[in-house]
Amino acid sequence: MSRNNYQLSVISHQLSKFGKWKMLCLLLTVGCSLSAGCRYDMQDQPRYKAYEKSEFFSDDKAMRDLPEGTVARGFLREDKAFYTGKKENAGTTTTPVETTTDASGNTLVSSFPDAIEEFPVPVTKELLDRGEERYKIFCIVCHGPVGNGDGMIVRRGFPQPPTYHDDRLRNAPVGHFFDVMTNGWGKMNSYASQIPPADRWAIVAYIRALQISQNPSGMSSLPMTETGNTTNTTATPSASPNANTRGGAK
Amino acid sequence: MAQIFHHAANNVAKISIVVAILLGGVAFFVYSQVARSSYLTGRYAEKQQPVQFSHKHHTGDDGIDCRYCHTSVETSYSAGIPPTETCMNCHSQIWADSPYLEPVRASYRENKPIEWERVHDLPEYAYFNHSIHVAKGVGCSTCHGQIDTMPAVFQVETLQMEWCLSCHREPEKYIRPKSEIYNMQWDGNDLSADERNQLKADYKIRQKEVLTSCSTCHR
Repeated sequence: MSRNNYQLSVISHQLSKFGKWKMLCLLLTVGCSLSAGCRYDMQDQPRYKAYEKSEFFSDDKAMRDLPEGTVARGFLREDKAFYTGKKENAGTTTTPVETTTDASGNTLVSSFPDAIEEFPVPVTKELLDRGEERYKIFCIVCHGPVGNGDGMIVRRGFPQPPTYHDDRLRNAPVGHFFDVMTNGWGKMNSYASQIPPADRWAIVAYIRALQISQNPSGMSSLPMTETGNTTNTTATPSASPNANTRGGAK
Repeated sequence: MAQIFHHAANNVAKISIVVAILLGGVAFFVYSQVARSSYLTGRYAEKQQPVQFSHKHHTGDDGIDCRYCHTSVETSYSAGIPPTETCMNCHSQIWADSPYLEPVRASYRENKPIEWERVHDLPEYAYFNHSIHVAKGVGCSTCHGQIDTMPAVFQVETLQMEWCLSCHREPEKYIRPKSEIYNMQWDGNDLSADERNQLKADYKIRQKEVLTSCSTCHR
């Protein structure tokens, strides 16, 4: 009998004294309680979280794109002025858009035949406050705190955008600013996916306020609407900046 | 008949009771510490991401607001992971040739999302909504820590239930004015107890019984 076999027989002898069944029960109990601690069925349920990878869809995205041509409820966007900043007859006028090129190679528009002149939303203190907040999130990075085009990203090497404070942009209609945010211009990409339309109008109002702040005598003041009248304090403006009811992301 | 046990066995029996209780206490303490340990909660572990994106650089050095990229934090349960188009707002022009950004450009070219690693992975039986927290005065850094100092983001809290409840029981200890939500340097000691209670009232934060009810988070 080899040494190993001898040891095994000793162990099995001792086991039989303890009771093989008792030993098995003990092992099973320990084993079950250990493996129960390692199951994550409830932590990771068979459902998708936002942005999760999908094994099912061919593009690997759990979040589905809308099929082309789909209009979600409340997203019809009939109000052309509000959603595009353009006049009803935009694109049909024969007036060509005049452009110039500045020293740093930016193409600048100097005529705005399609852009609307009047705000499609009431300009209120709340709208301006919202505009200031949104400007400081999305625009300040390049256009700078007062709109001179000296934002931090420009200091890091991004081509300098034109200043808001020249006659060309002082005279530009509000629809132009909205259109640039919506569709981008030059090296600026579209911000439509980051800023909902109501917020874009709030930013336009704030840009106007910035322009007036740098040229108080040369510009007409903003067409402000007073809010908070005593008879109707709960009325919400049709395009309340907080309301995403008039269109979410795009 | 001879005694089965020596008379010292009485003492052994008494001591063994005390030792058993002590051992039980030690075992419980060890378990509670292990369960809260960063080994099990993933706390402080930096995750390798497909792009060496630095929050320290983008928010700390450049001062970009959280919401520039995490656009849905005020309106949705998810704060929002930016699409590659957002990266290209700047990186179409600056660092446009950097080899570090090749995965970003590849994602943009091929229209395939970058596969970021999730850092804060809540168990799916817990419901969490970003928008309600920022609307009620809970700032980013209260849960996420000073993101503006982190080259690679890591989890600074345990994300365990006791941690959630510590705030749901006493929200007035953690809330701040809404203007400071995105301020990474906010120091909770700037406010007095009265001011905090006033904030709690202003934000209409509901009473402890509602905030700690099971179905508030497990729905």
